[in-house]
Order: sequence, then structure tokens, then C-alpha cells
Amino acid sequence: MCGAKAGGPDASTIKPGETTIQGQVTKDGEPVTGYVRLLDSTGEFTAEVPTSATGQFRFYAAEGTWTVRALIPGGTADRTVVVAEKGALAEVAIAV
Amino acid sequence: MSRSDVLVDADWVQDNLDNPEIAIVEVDEDTSAYEKNHIRNAIRIDWTKDLQDPVRRDFIDQEGFEKLLSAKGIANDTLVILYGGNNNWFASYAYWYFKLYGHENVKLLDGGRKKWELDARELVEEVPARPETTYKAKPQNTAIRAFRDDVVAAIGAQNLVDVRSPDEFSGKLLAPAHLPQEQSQRPGHVPTARNIPWSKNANDDGTFKSDDELKELYAEEQVDLAKDTIAYCRIGERSALTWFVLHELLGVENVKNYDGSWTEYGSLVGVPIELGANK
Repeated sequence: MCGAKAGGPDASTIKPGETTIQGQVTKDGEPVTGYVRLLDSTGEFTAEVPTSATGQFRFYAAEGTWTVRALIPGGTADRTVVVAEKGALAEVAIAV
Repeated sequence: MSRSDVLVDADWVQDNLDNPEIAIVEVDEDTSAYEKNHIRNAIRIDWTKDLQDPVRRDFIDQEGFEKLLSAKGIANDTLVILYGGNNNWFASYAYWYFKLYGHENVKLLDGGRKKWELDARELVEEVPARPETTYKAKPQNTAIRAFRDDVVAAIGAQNLVDVRSPDEFSGKLLAPAHLPQEQSQRPGHVPTARNIPWSKNANDDGTFKSDDELKELYAEEQVDLAKDTIAYCRIGERSALTWFVLHELLGVENVKNYDGSWTEYGSLVGVPIELGANK
């Protein structure tokens, strides 16, 4: 699915200049609500947000390697995200 | 003090939803979360509008707290059960705040709103009505509240526990990663502080780790709990959770929460600041 839109929030609503990680959580191809945790390169907790009603989430972070972990009733899933530079946007799709 | 004196689990709350002797109170960072839905019969306290002075940077005074709790239908002998999002950050803050004004009969819902949601338990939109009371608060118990001068005096002398994420501690970020990066004038941490992120106290579902796991955590991080301790974060809510762990779960005396936290300390003129990771 290289190049496919991951289904995160509307990028035009990102605060200018922020380094952003965002995306959508799905189960069986459908958006699902729950929580998303952001872990740093050592696996340490950095932040957590509830998803929107359509499974979307957004973090303002910094450049580097991160793990994004989705928690939904009855399941969890991790994805590794690399943010190349300050001010960049990384989109990530998480299927639980 | 045992865990059951300060914590209840979701099953206990489920069994007590209609008990008029208790008040279930949601306190969220996202103050609109309650409007979407909440635990049945829960009322809301808004940490920005209800708990802060509208002009000065400080809490509402004793009289203000009396008015607030009276209007919310909470009496002096009401058992208050607090819960919220963000792994109970703001519910812990409200717990500490209730203790600050002398309300003893208060407990946290272990895991807060997240555990309740991950258990797929019922949430409703209906807002309950509680009859008004005449609440009497006590003067602030500043034995559990630290101010900026206490923090400066504690450098190298007491335990300073910085509970923010490692990137906030080192100076890479100024605020948690889900919030815009603004606030204090300078990044970094108070010299001699140990970085023990609040998240190490909790499981993924937001419940607290066991007493043995928590004792081991602070021992491993070389925090001598025989000494006085000040916990801080960015605005004092995550550190209220660590205060809860140390003071309420582990029964450590002389633990204070610094609610001014990094947004105050990182904007003070002339105080020492350190950059870099935990040593």
C-alpha cells in the first residue's frame, strides 16, 4: 500500500512548524476507537491520546524513531515510525 | 493505609453507581470529554474553570472550594470517587486538591476512564442532578504542596522527582507530545532531580502497578524515601499521580506536589537549570 493515504486527520489543521505523527486505527478494515500511546526510541512512554470517533489520532513530537501503540477493547498493536526531520509529518496506519 | 482506603476498581464502581452516599466525579484534561459521555451518575469538575482562580495563577481559595463542592452536591461526609482520562492524571490532581482542602473521604477509580472504556462498560450522556449541600473546607494543608522556593531549597538536599517524559526532562521537548510545544521559557530540569516518568507507575490499561513493583521502581532509581520528596512535572497533574503513589499507596510521609512545576520553574529568572538525560 506504499503511497496510500493512511487516513489520519486533515493535515491542514496541523499547527504550523510542528513535527507531527498522525494516523488512524482500524480493525478488520474499519475505523475503531480506543487509545494510542507514543513511545520513544527506548520504549519509554511519551504521550497517549484517545482516538477520534473515526479512529484518528495526532501527536506533536520531534524527529527520531518512535513506536506508536494502539489499545482497543480486546487488542493492542505496535508500529514503528521514523520522523526524518523537524517539522515533518509522518502518517501511520495501525490495523489491530 | 492500604490500597482499598484510596483506590476502588471498576467492578466496585459498577456495583455502586446508584449509591446516593457516593459522588462519582469525572475530571479530565479534555474538559469536554464528559459532554460526549461519562459513567452513569457521574458529575463533572472542570480543572480549568472550577479549580483555578480566574485571575491569578493559583487555586480557588477555601471559600471558593466550599462554594464549588456545595453547588456540586458534595457534603463533608460524601465518599468522592474520582476518575478521568489520561491515566487519571487530572483525577489524581483533583484527589490531591481535595486532600489539600481537607476532604478525607476520597478515592480514585483504578485505571480511570481508559480502563472503563477498554472494559467496554456503559457510558451515558445523561447529566445527573445532586441536591446542593453546605460544604465546609479546611485551610490548605501546605504539608503536601510545594512552592518555588521549596524547590530551589531542595536542590541537592531533598529528593526531587521529575515525572515528565525523558525528552521533556532532557530539554528536547517542552510539553507532552500530544500538546503544542509551548509554555516555559526554558527547557530542562531542576538540578539533582531524578527523572522517573509517571508512566512507570502504571500499567498500559492505566491501573497502578503493585506495591512491590512500585517500591522496586523507586529503589532502583535510588530515591531514598527516608528523605523529604518533591514531585513536579509541567503543570502539576502528572506529579499529582506520583504524589498519590508515594504518599497514598506506599504511605511515604513528607511528599509534596509542586503544582507550579516546569511552567513556573522554567520561566524563573536566575535559578539553576540542567540539560541532558538522567544521570
